[in-house]
Amino acid sequence: MTIPRYWREFQHRYRLIGTKCPKCGRIYFPPREVCPYCHRESIGKMQKVEIKNTGKVYSYTVIHQDVPDFKFLKPYLFIIAEMDSGVKVSGQLVDVSPEDVRIGMPVRISFRRIREEDRAGIIEYGYKFIPDE
Amino acid sequence: MVGIVSYGSYIPRWRIKVEEIARVWGEDAEDIKSGLFIYSKSVPGPDEDTATISVEALRNAMNRKSVKDVGAVYVGSESHPYAVKPTSTIVAEAMGFTPEITAADYEFACKAGTAAMQSVMGMVESGMIKNGIAIGADTSQGAPGDALEYSAAAGGTAFIIGNDNTIADIKRTYSVTTDTPDFWRREGQDYPRHGGRFTGEPAYFRHVTSVAKKIMELMGTKPEDYTYAVFHQPNGKFPTRAARMLGFKESQIKQGLIVPYIGNTYSGSMITGLSAILDIAKPEDRILAVSFGSGAGSDGFHIEITKNMEDYRRENAKAVWKQIESGKYIDYAIYTKFKKKIKMGD
Repeated sequence: MTIPRYWREFQHRYRLIGTKCPKCGRIYFPPREVCPYCHRESIGKMQKVEIKNTGKVYSYTVIHQDVPDFKFLKPYLFIIAEMDSGVKVSGQLVDVSPEDVRIGMPVRISFRRIREEDRAGIIEYGYKFIPDE
Repeated sequence: MVGIVSYGSYIPRWRIKVEEIARVWGEDAEDIKSGLFIYSKSVPGPDEDTATISVEALRNAMNRKSVKDVGAVYVGSESHPYAVKPTSTIVAEAMGFTPEITAADYEFACKAGTAAMQSVMGMVESGMIKNGIAIGADTSQGAPGDALEYSAAAGGTAFIIGNDNTIADIKRTYSVTTDTPDFWRREGQDYPRHGGRFTGEPAYFRHVTSVAKKIMELMGTKPEDYTYAVFHQPNGKFPTRAARMLGFKESQIKQGLIVPYIGNTYSGSMITGLSAILDIAKPEDRILAVSFGSGAGSDGFHIEITKNMEDYRRENAKAVWKQIESGKYIDYAIYTKFKKKIKMGD
């Protein structure tokens, strides 16, 4: 990821800022500029909304693939969480072993390192899920 | 009166036992445990560092009380993720405080967090800001096989300091600073070095006890006037001995003595012990809190719990002892991977 793109996405990567359509009330994460249901009626009117940081595991998978950025975490969990506000958010679930995860498990957002460019490059931070038990 | 408006701590979930480190280096675990009064220490996950620990600690503080008017963020640590680029900017951005805020990183071995507290106190008292944030957090380093490897741990605590609605008033702060080469890390070195026994009398005990005595003299108090006392915790032995030298009883230091189970969290050490005390303190309780940073210096605080503590939502974040109890143990191999001590290929 380029530095300008990472910098542009701070709000949703750091603080789970999504957007809400003022017409139909649907919340989107990652944020969308246009509501796919209300189309042009939402253009320029989408509102920023901070998504409450708790939810539960809606679905999960265990990744054993050798992804260089996540070598130190392998095998790791990737989940879709249903947040308390109803919106579904995907991300890594950490601080728990794959054998201990279950659908419906309460989770919350944690601020973590996601990856680093290289040993001399920038460190990219963002959200991950952790158990909320 | 200036004081703590809210507080929060974060201790990473992973732990390693003294037995496991001693097994690898062929040492006697029982000797180490009785010598250092440490049984296990916290280990950061591979995706955790001082910035992430600071944000989590501060989010816990904000969950207990959401404070809007924040004018400063200072983060004290000796393990800032970047050599050049502030941790405090990452914390401020993650909390949504940017751009109208002043921020900086502090460094003073294990007392950088209390140095940040004093700076914020001064800014609040002068009227420059309404509320400010002081954080002490570390993912400390101990060379493999060195005595420090048994204690160098990870964790941190955040305080929101202000004049209004304080849960704990800071009635007095006092510091002692000298040039004492007891512990250091040169630029570019991976691990710190220390002066062995020299870290005791001329460094830790001299600074901690002189600050504690002076605070009591300035406040006209005696050890028995305090409900709790907490001192910097490089190991379990030092603060226990300092408390005894000053005339404090075990019952006064027990709640804040967390080092035997999570190790020395450096800039987070004394203040996380203080956080554990705030988890149970009642209005009118008095706390004597003294940090120590190698190099060397000590900051002391006379703290009194206010009536606001009765309505304060402590339960909105996990208490320190609850976090300590929810640790998961790992072996030395996983520990070396998590701490990135393994030399990787290109």
